[in-house]
Amino acid sequence: MAAELEIVSREALFDLALRLGDTSLVLGHRLSEWAGHGPLLEEDIALSNLGLDLIGQARSFLSYAGEVEGKGRDEDKLAFFRNAPEYKNLLMVELPKGDFAFTMVRQLLFSAFHLPLFRRMINSTDTTIAAIAAKAEKEMSYHLRHSSQWVVRMGDGTEESHARCQKAVDDLWPYTGEVFEVDNNARELIEAGIWVDPEYLRDEWNGTLDAVLNEATLKKPESGWMQSGGISGTHSEHLGHLLAEMQSVQRAYPGLKW
Amino acid sequence: MYTQALNDPSSKIATVEEGEEKLNDYFMERISADEKIEPNDWMPASYRKTLIRQISQHAHSEVIGMLPEGNWITRAPTLRRKATLLAKVQDEGGHGLYLYAAAETLGISREEMQQQLLDGKARYSSIFNYPTLTWADIGSIGWLVDGAAIMNQIPLCRCSFGPYARAMVRVCKEESFHQRQGYEILLALCKGSAEQKAMAQESLDRWWWPSIMMFGPHDANSTHSDQSMAWKIKRISNDDLRQKFIDATVPQAHHLGLEIPDPDLKFNEKTGHWDFGKIDWDEFKRVLAGNGPCNRERMEARTKAHNDGDWVRKAALAHAAKQAARKSTRKAA
Repeated sequence: MAAELEIVSREALFDLALRLGDTSLVLGHRLSEWAGHGPLLEEDIALSNLGLDLIGQARSFLSYAGEVEGKGRDEDKLAFFRNAPEYKNLLMVELPKGDFAFTMVRQLLFSAFHLPLFRRMINSTDTTIAAIAAKAEKEMSYHLRHSSQWVVRMGDGTEESHARCQKAVDDLWPYTGEVFEVDNNARELIEAGIWVDPEYLRDEWNGTLDAVLNEATLKKPESGWMQSGGISGTHSEHLGHLLAEMQSVQRAYPGLKW
Repeated sequence: MYTQALNDPSSKIATVEEGEEKLNDYFMERISADEKIEPNDWMPASYRKTLIRQISQHAHSEVIGMLPEGNWITRAPTLRRKATLLAKVQDEGGHGLYLYAAAETLGISREEMQQQLLDGKARYSSIFNYPTLTWADIGSIGWLVDGAAIMNQIPLCRCSFGPYARAMVRVCKEESFHQRQGYEILLALCKGSAEQKAMAQESLDRWWWPSIMMFGPHDANSTHSDQSMAWKIKRISNDDLRQKFIDATVPQAHHLGLEIPDPDLKFNEKTGHWDFGKIDWDEFKRVLAGNGPCNRERMEARTKAHNDGDWVRKAALAHAAKQAARKSTRKAA
């Protein structure tokens, strides 16, 4: 529960819950696009599983965001009746699903960060965040294992799979900087012990990626210019399309129960 | 049903080869005694062939069936609906997987079966050649299509071939959950606004007749039914299953406040069953022959997924081969 509201601002906590909820929702949505279209039946099932985990996390975080905000918005009001600039997800997760290499490399980059993040958040002073993190941590460890195995298979597979995988790593790399961004709201929560300073996770994140990419015979790009904007609501061109599709029924028939 | 193409009169089932009478007699004794036939047991070649066709068509139907429902995952109107629909489509994939595995016990590979589907040599249930145009269609598929599937599959749990019967036990459990989910989607719509109720009615109007066609031709026109009944692969006839389905479904429609699009539908006090109108078998044959609203799209989507996945499957094989080579080099050293 949001007992810490006395010591942190409601806005900051709302912001964090949205950031985590929106990120999970948008990535879950992208993964769900594979259902029925995967490269082998086992992966249709596995990618659906990953998507279901993330949609479940999104529901928990968004419900909590609504509770913290205190204006009567539930998970669906927040998911279906906000426009792209109000979404706080990482840019990385809204990029189209691409080929199987892109999807798996994104899942690797994402889960290599979110596993240690949730592991630390289990000790959050906010008990709701801590409880959601405890469940999400187990899910992330599976996501990391599954995506690592595939990145290794593809990187160390054929010439074509190696090239596709390396391209995915290169294309996604500029989107990895955002996970380490800390704004004023986040700073406030870090100081209150609710949120984790992402800098503490950088070494573990790098270590995980080095090990997987090395085994996959893939090159980790030089850290260079990084994309930014998701957290502040300045998104890529893709989020608007995703939301237009996702929100279409609710927007066409507002105010009804489904 | 999901394997309705088996009723195609153009395909004949081979008779038991000469010299195998004794084995066949023993086989039929076991069938009569309701024993389960297992993969390593002797079975007539035609029994094996029939089962491979039936189980693989069933598997293909589950996999193709992911497409019309998958069409609404990204547009489900609430997060709960999104999660349950995604989980449902995932279940269908799971059904496909263990049905392929059941068929593999008969000596055919999944790759071979999938190639038969892509080549147009194997069929899938025609019901999935109809489009999902509104959210209500997700309700209708669960309620009617899964409902019809359950009617057919519950007797298959007692099918003479062990792996198929056992797969059906699990499939039926999940399907009945899906059916309740579908009905619950429609219930929410029917309790909702006039627009939502109209959406539900319009969906029922489109799905009703194709759903009752899922049981296949009338018994008199169903070529393979007799042999399948004798082998206890099939337990209940097409017409009996269809009647059971209609009898169960009509009161459910009434509870929703929806009208079944059949002016001849009437409860028969004498028989205790619902009498229904004439089925448009021309439509059934036309869609089965490839001319339904989505036949081409479904096969294109499946072919695209298969072709796009080719490099992934090759990568997995290449990596496995490299690993095996490295392992044997290490051993040698």
